[in-house]
Amino acid sequence: MYEALMAEPSITIVPVSREGEAIPVAAGLFVAGQNPVISIQNAGLYEAGDALRGLALGIGLPLVMFIGYRGHNRKGDTPDSAATFLEPFLHMWRVDYFVVESNHDLDRVPVAFERAAKTNQPVAVAIGTEYAKTEDSGDQSKGIKE
Amino acid sequence: MITYADACRIINDSRGDAVAVTTMTQTKYWNQVSQEPDLDIGIANAMSKASSVALGLALGKPDRSVLCLDSDGSLLMNFGSLATIAGMAPKNLYHIVFNNGIYAITGGQPVPAPGVQYAKAAEACGYASTYRFDDTESLDSTLPRILASHGPVLIEIIVKGEPQSEGVDQTWESNAKMPLQLRALRKRLTGTDDWFSGGPYI
Repeated sequence: MYEALMAEPSITIVPVSREGEAIPVAAGLFVAGQNPVISIQNAGLYEAGDALRGLALGIGLPLVMFIGYRGHNRKGDTPDSAATFLEPFLHMWRVDYFVVESNHDLDRVPVAFERAAKTNQPVAVAIGTEYAKTEDSGDQSKGIKE
Repeated sequence: MITYADACRIINDSRGDAVAVTTMTQTKYWNQVSQEPDLDIGIANAMSKASSVALGLALGKPDRSVLCLDSDGSLLMNFGSLATIAGMAPKNLYHIVFNNGIYAITGGQPVPAPGVQYAKAAEACGYASTYRFDDTESLDSTLPRILASHGPVLIEIIVKGEPQSEGVDQTWESNAKMPLQLRALRKRLTGTDDWFSGGPYI
C-alpha cells in the first residue's frame, strides 16, 4: 500500500515518527485547506489516544482514519490483543467505523468519507489483516471503481 | 535569562502575517501582544502537539510562515516531531522552544533532564539552522534575520520558569476556544467558511 501511495502523484505522504503526531499534522493540513487522511495500525491508534481526544473528536475534525486491523481474522481466535481491543476502543471513544476485509467491502470507504464530512467527526476504516492475503486484493483500484 | 513577556514581544515585532501556534505559558503571553488573533492557535487541549499542528499548517500553506511557540516539556513529550519536521523540511516553519526546565502548568516540577539542549537536538535531526538565546538583546537583534531565512529553524529561548499554583482550569468555554480558533484560521487561510460545528464543545 505504501508503494502504491508513493507512486500516486496527487498524494503527498508525511511520514511521522509516532502515531500521536498523525492526527495533529492532519488537523493542521485540514485547517490549511488540504484533504488529509491518516494511515496507522491499531496499536498506533492506542498510542495516539490523547491526540484523538483533543485534536479530532474535540475539535470536530472530519478525518478518515485508515487503521490496520493487526491480528484480525474472520474466524476469530486471535492471540493479538491489538485486534481484540480495536472495536471496543472505537466504541468507547464513540468513533464510527467500517471494517474492510476484501475488495468487496471497498464501497464502505466512500461511505466513511461521507460520514466524516456530514458529522464533522473522525471515522475509522479498519483494514483486516486478511485483506492483503485475499485473492481479489491484487487490483487495488478494482473495488473503488466498482 | 529572558522573560516570557520580552520574548513574545520580540517575536511579535517580526511576525508579519505569520500563523502562530502556541501552547502552555507561551499562549498567555502571546495573547497579550498579538494583533492578529485570527492567525493564532493556542493548543490547549492536546498534550505536546503544537509542533505537529504547526507542521501540518506549514506543509498545507507553504507560502505562509508558521511560528510554533513550543516549550521544553511539551517537546520532550513529542520529541519525535523534531525528526518528522526535519524529514519534511518545510522552509516556512520556525520552531521556537521556550526552555524553562520545569512543568510550569502542573506546579513547577523539573523536567526529567533540565540540561537538554534543544537546538543541538534539532541540528542533529537535520533542521536547516538552529539558535539558542539566553539574553534579550541578542534575541532582539538577531530574530528578524532568522525569520527571513528558510526553515525549518529551531530557536531555543532560555526563560525563567513561572510555576502556576492554580493548575489547569478546563471549562466548556476554554475548551471551545481551540476549535473556534481553528475554524477562524481555516476561514482566514482558505477564504471559505465551510467547517461547521462538531464535537463536544461547539
